[in-house]
Amino acid sequence: MARASETAAVGDLGRGRARPRDVRDLGQTYGAAAALALLVLYNAVFTDRFLTTDSIYVNLTQVAPIVIVALGMTLVIATGGIDLSVGSLMAIAGALAPLIFLSDVPFGVAIAFVVPVLVTGAFGLFNGVLITRFGFQPIIATLVLFIAGRGIAQVLTNGELQPFRNPAFQYIGLGRVLGIPFQVLLMLAIFAIVAWTVRTTRFGRQILAIGGNEAAARLAGVPVNRVKLAVYGISGLLAGVAGLIVIAINSSSDANQVGLNLELAAIAAVAVGGTPLTGGRATVVGTLIGALILQLLRFTLLSHGVPDAVALVVQAGIIIAAVFLQRQRQT
Amino acid sequence: MIATGPLLQMEGISKAFPGVRALEGASLTVGRGEVHAVMGQNGAGKSTLIKILTGAYRRDAGTVTLDGRPVDFHSPQQAQAGGVSTIYQEVNLVGFRSVAENIFLGREPRRWGLIDRRRMHAEARRLLERLGVEVDVSRPLGAINVALQQMVAIARAISFESRLVVMDEPTSSLDEAEVATLFGVIRQLKADGVSVIFVSHRLDEVYAICDRVTIMRDGRTVDDRALTDVSRLELVARMLGKDLAEVRRSGATGFADATHHTERRLLEARGLRGAGRTLEHADVAVRAGEIVGLAGLLGSGRTELARAIFGADPVEAGELEVDGRPVRFGSPADAIRAGIGLAPEDRKTEGIVPEMSVRENLTLALLPAISRYGVVDRRRQQEVVDRFIRRLDIKTTGPDQKIRELSGGNQQKVLLARWLCLDPRLLLLDEPTRGIDVGAKGEIQALINELADSGLGVLMISSELEELVEGSDRVVVLRDGRTVAELPHAAITEDAIMSAMAEGPATGAGERDGG
Repeated sequence: MARASETAAVGDLGRGRARPRDVRDLGQTYGAAAALALLVLYNAVFTDRFLTTDSIYVNLTQVAPIVIVALGMTLVIATGGIDLSVGSLMAIAGALAPLIFLSDVPFGVAIAFVVPVLVTGAFGLFNGVLITRFGFQPIIATLVLFIAGRGIAQVLTNGELQPFRNPAFQYIGLGRVLGIPFQVLLMLAIFAIVAWTVRTTRFGRQILAIGGNEAAARLAGVPVNRVKLAVYGISGLLAGVAGLIVIAINSSSDANQVGLNLELAAIAAVAVGGTPLTGGRATVVGTLIGALILQLLRFTLLSHGVPDAVALVVQAGIIIAAVFLQRQRQT
Repeated sequence: MIATGPLLQMEGISKAFPGVRALEGASLTVGRGEVHAVMGQNGAGKSTLIKILTGAYRRDAGTVTLDGRPVDFHSPQQAQAGGVSTIYQEVNLVGFRSVAENIFLGREPRRWGLIDRRRMHAEARRLLERLGVEVDVSRPLGAINVALQQMVAIARAISFESRLVVMDEPTSSLDEAEVATLFGVIRQLKADGVSVIFVSHRLDEVYAICDRVTIMRDGRTVDDRALTDVSRLELVARMLGKDLAEVRRSGATGFADATHHTERRLLEARGLRGAGRTLEHADVAVRAGEIVGLAGLLGSGRTELARAIFGADPVEAGELEVDGRPVRFGSPADAIRAGIGLAPEDRKTEGIVPEMSVRENLTLALLPAISRYGVVDRRRQQEVVDRFIRRLDIKTTGPDQKIRELSGGNQQKVLLARWLCLDPRLLLLDEPTRGIDVGAKGEIQALINELADSGLGVLMISSELEELVEGSDRVVVLRDGRTVAELPHAAITEDAIMSAMAEGPATGAGERDGG
């Protein structure tokens, strides 16, 4: 019985001690946040006209598609998977939307928002089926659409650039609400939903449990296949949304260019944000910060006359540094 | 053949890994042309000893003499050159290349600097003929069955002029006809004066093919006997470290009030068969309020039976009833809905989610019940977690602590709590106290007993005879994937369990115990 009272004491002590642990966990995010703050500070001092709404909005509108895709990628990576198909899925959504609103379909613009996103969501589910039902490795399963997806987009558009002008549709890329670019608000809304999902829902716990130990999750009755299907489906949906934003900004859809290399940018944002690629953890705030760091770093270098080729190398350096810090933390 | 004395002599072999002494003064002596079995429970040190022989590990102390000369192999390649070849469970050859190419991989016969294909095929054919195996040597290895692949591996081994062939559980992936072929090859090797070390868990096979047996336990060699003068019971007793005479004297220590079960049958499994050969025909029944012990040697199908009942592995044949109604669970989730929980043997790889907190681990299976519209009710979650931390006396700094930081015993308590919070009717516990310190072990055993008293049905797999004898109301014994005995409470003694594990008659339709 002495043991019981001892435990109580340990428990009380522990409650006080549990906080520093949380802080240490957040340290990763704070580290990235500190790096972001430094970048902002540097630009505020050394870059002309950085702290103007124009300049800030330019950065945020550029980063929005990456963040949206990276949020889906965060969920996929948290299950221990990866999704290489997102860039190509953006191209598919980007190819479909003009086909719809340039035709005579009634409510063309509304349908042009909904159908492409549902289609890319379905392609995401296809990835999930390959992985859960046929046991493909995620990197191989999603490589299928990485390759074929852009081909599908090119077939849809006959490989031609589709220029257009449609203010109603382009609101998603050019519109403003109270002066704030619409896609920035959309990005923040999706960010909030994903963060909330991971933090409070059963689905969120199940994602982390699968990434942390799939065999254990299965034995605990977690519907592993359903959860995985869902995350790849979500990743596909979000890629579709990002594709629509990109073509709306450009006033044209080019199946060769939309979403090109975006899967890599998204994975980089997730990694820099502190979500380990081995799964079991998801730092949604980190993903947002990671994407902002990479965006701002490039912006900083370019606005100070550093050639883009060099900027890419510096970005790679940041990724290495971030992953190195993660490894340090684990031991 | 001038040399006399044993072919292989390993003496005083010790080996330590960080935190573990795997071997302490172990020995192994193999005669010429002898088929020598090495047996022992999990962690007895068999595979470490074999790996030291074949050069995969370096020994800390001891001597190895082969053919009268001291040897110290630094790598499997060196061992092979020295006349010791190893056939692993998983054939590690190249599936895309032909049988002949595999046999001569790395030392193909050459002519004018090119591979002499005709000579290679002729030599390969000659080697396989010597083993009494017929196979087209130009076919790719991947196109022939696993047993034949093993024969190819053996042919490769003898082509090195091996005098000693080590076979590590060679029969685990073979069917019965294939085992017969393998045994034919082993007899041929023996006739040619080649010695064989045969590592296996299957008593029938050991008695069928081996001349002598070395029995290991806790890193030591405890016995080296001719199989003709050691009974199965004695062999098992030595493996488990029991003194036969003493067991007979002491008899059952029994549980005074162990009749807490009712007559209501919760679970009944009849003739359950899984994929593969580990679970062939198992019967087990569990009543409400009863602890049924499930005994058997390593590889007898204990874990597979629990997993098959739980829907974690496919069931190929047999019947499963819960509450008298036939069921078949497609996934663990189905079994959980029926009120069943499974605590796996290997906590680390199948139980805990190491990076998640005690709270999340404890409520993982409960999530559907404590969420509304998919959102977890934090307050109810916290209530459950606090209640079970207190009730099971889980030593943790708090619900937020990562479970991997807990001791083994406390991790196991969290895993038990994961099921108890669902208020289940039947728990399948696979080695619930393995690797747990003595104090926590007693607590967990007491808890299991208390749960049964309150009406829960428990199927408890254990390798520890004391645990089975003291804890069980009934004991079901498995051997080679079959239920071979069911001991009522009065008949549960260590002796009775061991003899059933060693030589109990097979029950059920598909009897195959020929001797």
